[in-house]
Amino acid sequence: MRRSLQFLLFIALNLIIVLLLPLHARNEQHAAARHDERLRSLHVTDLCLVTEARYSRHPAMADRHAAFQEHPLALEYFPSGSLITPPALLNTP
Amino acid sequence: MKRSIERHLNILDFALSSLKRRRAKNFSLLAIYLLVIFLPASLLFFVSALKREAAIILSDAPDLVVQRLIAGRQDLVPKIYAEVIAGISGVSEVRPRLWGYYFDSWNGANYTIMTSDDRSLKQGKASVGSGVARSRKMKVGSMFPLRAEAKAPLILEVESIFSSRSDLMASDMIVITPEDFQQLFNFPAGQVTDLAVTAGNARELPTIAAKIVSLYPDSRPILKSEMQRTYQAIFDWRSGMVMLILAATMLSFIIFAWDKATGLSAEERREIGILKSIGWETSDVLLLKFWEGAVISLTAFLVGVILAYFHVFFFSAPLFAQALKGWSVLYPRFQLVPVLDAYQLVVLFLFTVVPYTTAIIVPCWRAATTDPDTAMRS
Repeated sequence: MRRSLQFLLFIALNLIIVLLLPLHARNEQHAAARHDERLRSLHVTDLCLVTEARYSRHPAMADRHAAFQEHPLALEYFPSGSLITPPALLNTP
Repeated sequence: MKRSIERHLNILDFALSSLKRRRAKNFSLLAIYLLVIFLPASLLFFVSALKREAAIILSDAPDLVVQRLIAGRQDLVPKIYAEVIAGISGVSEVRPRLWGYYFDSWNGANYTIMTSDDRSLKQGKASVGSGVARSRKMKVGSMFPLRAEAKAPLILEVESIFSSRSDLMASDMIVITPEDFQQLFNFPAGQVTDLAVTAGNARELPTIAAKIVSLYPDSRPILKSEMQRTYQAIFDWRSGMVMLILAATMLSFIIFAWDKATGLSAEERREIGILKSIGWETSDVLLLKFWEGAVISLTAFLVGVILAYFHVFFFSAPLFAQALKGWSVLYPRFQLVPVLDAYQLVVLFLFTVVPYTTAIIVPCWRAATTDPDTAMRS
């Protein structure tokens, strides 16, 4: 088979895989079970994403001085503090 | 029609041979391009899936959480607040919540301790997140001690372990009864951590919050919409990690495209000169360069997107896990449910493939329109 056809076949194959990804995603979304009923009844307010500090574990519930929790000039030192921005509600006047 | 297809196939054949001739250069080019696509695509998939998860989890969050602040710090809320707030018109339920954190000196991990109103959970029993069970090597029925404020430790039996599917919600969680919670922390009677308020009509929430603040100036109401906004901000493309990675990737791509756009190598110029001198039209040369660019771009884009999808949804995004893990001892195992946003993929395509192809065509067009003799000599 000529080289150009081999290449077009390779691209077509990849394109088919890319087009199948949304179908896979939709299937997985349907298959994903709802969270445990016991957990839903806890009405949690945050995602368990980073557990190193209380204000990164529960950013929505963090107090207003989270970044300066030790004393007024203590800079943020947890690595996640540089990746996760402060809650939006702290930026509103 | 058939002739036109044949012409394209012939030029594509030539383009592939030409790429193969400069194998080392083109493979390194493809590798950089692949990385330029793979990183932002992984990030887009990761963030979209987390946003979906956050939306699902926060749909069950309380309408309003009332905290109490003393000297700017969160403090315990007297239970009497709950009774007064329940009397505000529009409030349908006020649920006092008891929850806190526990530092486990045995493995250095932080746990979130929550209490459940569920009467089926008996005193001395606990439901634990899979992260806790993993780190302490516990099974259902295992006994484990927690260091209590009183001298004797609180011994709990694992009644159930939350499935790892719920890791993003409860990986670090230990759910116990309010009585065990009070014993564990020597929690003062008549006080709670915060109050979860439910309103009959969501539109009344800002008014209810204002009334709570006027009744108790030391209170701090947090609306559900504010919790949702917090997560929108965390996962927003303009902030934090997303911006950091996108900026680094885009900067490297701009340098890369700029290098391409500013000129051709002497070898490429000579090649164009030779092709023109043996009778190739300017349009043929441009088509050849277009196909050379398209081979690299299309391969990088399609393979990059597929690899990114597998990286995030099949291998749980190990690259980002390292960044997010930080000092966390307990880290949830991300089994994210895939989300694919076609709009974001189209934007990624337009921001990477189109500029690259243009950056290739323009200098070639300049070389192809000059005299073959000049092109070969330059």
